[in-house]
Amino acid sequence: APAMAEKYGLGRPALPEEIAAWDHDVSPDGTGLPPGSGSVEDGEVLFSDNCAVCHGEFAEGVDNWPELAGGFDTLDDDDPVKTVGSYWPYLSTAWDYVHRSMPFGNAQSLSDDDVYAIVAYILYSNDLVDEDFVLSNENFLEVEMPNADGFIIDDRETTEYVNWRAEPCMTGCKDSVEITMRATVLDVTPDVEGDE
Amino acid sequence: MSNQNKGASRRQFLTGAAALGAGAVAGAAKANTPDPLITEVQDWAAGLGDGVDATPYGLPIDYESDVVRRNVEWLTADTISSINFTPIHALDGTITPQGCAFERHHSGAIDLPKDDYRLMINGLVDTPLVFTYADLERFPRENHVYFCECAANTGMEWAGAQLNGAQFTHGMIHNMEYTGVPLRTLLNEAGLSGDMSGKWVFVEGADASSNGRSIPMEKALDDVLVAFKANGEALRKEHGYPVRLVVPGWEGNMWVKWLRRIEVMDGPVESREETSKYTDTLEDGTSRKWTWVMDAKSVITSPSPQSPIAHGHGPLVITGLAWSGHGAITRVDVSKDGGITWETARLAKPGEKMALTRFYLDTDWSGEEMLLQSRAIDETGYVQPTKAQLREVRGLNSIYHNNCIQTWHVKPNGEAENVEVS
Repeated sequence: APAMAEKYGLGRPALPEEIAAWDHDVSPDGTGLPPGSGSVEDGEVLFSDNCAVCHGEFAEGVDNWPELAGGFDTLDDDDPVKTVGSYWPYLSTAWDYVHRSMPFGNAQSLSDDDVYAIVAYILYSNDLVDEDFVLSNENFLEVEMPNADGFIIDDRETTEYVNWRAEPCMTGCKDSVEITMRATVLDVTPDVEGDE
Repeated sequence: MSNQNKGASRRQFLTGAAALGAGAVAGAAKANTPDPLITEVQDWAAGLGDGVDATPYGLPIDYESDVVRRNVEWLTADTISSINFTPIHALDGTITPQGCAFERHHSGAIDLPKDDYRLMINGLVDTPLVFTYADLERFPRENHVYFCECAANTGMEWAGAQLNGAQFTHGMIHNMEYTGVPLRTLLNEAGLSGDMSGKWVFVEGADASSNGRSIPMEKALDDVLVAFKANGEALRKEHGYPVRLVVPGWEGNMWVKWLRRIEVMDGPVESREETSKYTDTLEDGTSRKWTWVMDAKSVITSPSPQSPIAHGHGPLVITGLAWSGHGAITRVDVSKDGGITWETARLAKPGEKMALTRFYLDTDWSGEEMLLQSRAIDETGYVQPTKAQLREVRGLNSIYHNNCIQTWHVKPNGEAENVEVS
């Protein structure tokens, strides 16, 4: 460790109960997962009661609310559909996020087993498991996420910076200029004249 | 004066200015009749203004009521997990007034009193600790000015020119002077033993969304600040009161508000906000992750679609903002002809690291059409790219990190429009 300054003797030791109450993060290797399990069957009922109003009965999304299922093989399309099944690299993230921050407006209301069941149902909605599947802390890492290998670490240094750190052109930089697109054609800007 | 009247008078003013347009001569025209605002005694020169007890904490004068945050309804499913925009078209200098500095929440702006505030440090530390707000104010403090730019700023413009105004295309940004305690001071208090290289911190907020993000230890020990004051006063509720993280140069999502927990870990959590969101999909369908730094960027704030030229021909101040997450801005070039020729603008002050920099080009306008562009250069020599350059590497669907050169088409009547050019 780097040589650090003095300590100031501020703060007090955190108690185990306090850490347990706040430290819920789950890592891709399963660290942080509590013991428990839940079935697709139970998840379907829980999802219908707690999630479907926004995300749809089949996790397909309602109105502008996020789609959680589908979209496979669309990531290189003009309009990619990014869902838990088509995009998310790790199942741990789904468990962690549902547990900590869903349902929207009533977060942290689901038991550990509820979360296993709901995540099992989301997997089922994405055709990644069968209808009799039961997800638990034991078999959690066996689930294969289709886009697990779909991410690369920021490579701007080699793909962009090396090319764009050069003295730029100042005069005669191109022969002509034409307007190719106008925002007023779309006309989707709020009326900035009208006071709200 | 009511807001309604204000809106109407502003519209009339703009219409009149546009009609004046090309025919107008420079401002020094001779007066034929005496100006009654000078020759007649005005109420404010005879009567009395407000007492010093009228406004314990003031708001801007009514005439500035259009200098406000704006929401774009269609961008998000609701207004709780959503964004609004700083009115950068109407501001000058570099410091953003907190009251109109943009907001981005994932589960709303929560109300967290200082008395109820707790900050926990746990994980791979010698002694996990709990701090109260009062504890934090007893550590040695630092002051720094930094920009906070949402990773999605200008994101709606990837596919083309969409929103007509600098507020909407570039307003997911604010720049404040922060007071706080270096994160390294708090980590040291909990005790870091052994080799910290390759370790990470996971930071999360007290709100329902938590907004958890993973930060490599090298950055955590460098310049990350645990801040409790901004622009001299306590953080605004919507900006994380009473405590937020300040992560200089890095995407705004990592500036965790209502900060409640910092965990030292062996690896990144790969949370929702660094997998599903804040990852940048390239043309072949693979996606970049951990694109933390915000690259050099600039925009002309005036003239711009919300800030047309209303004064006719003659002297014109072209002004804007430039910034870079890699360090200080060293130069800004401005083009009036869509990038064929460039002239170097004047920086109001030397650029500061990871902070907004104001530039001016004092020029003369004779009513000719202009295709205005600005191009920022930072201390690493990086030159702000065109949208075509960015698209060539990334395609159209990376959502975040759009730092392309912006073009405004200024017409003979002084109005400006967001356009793309060849």
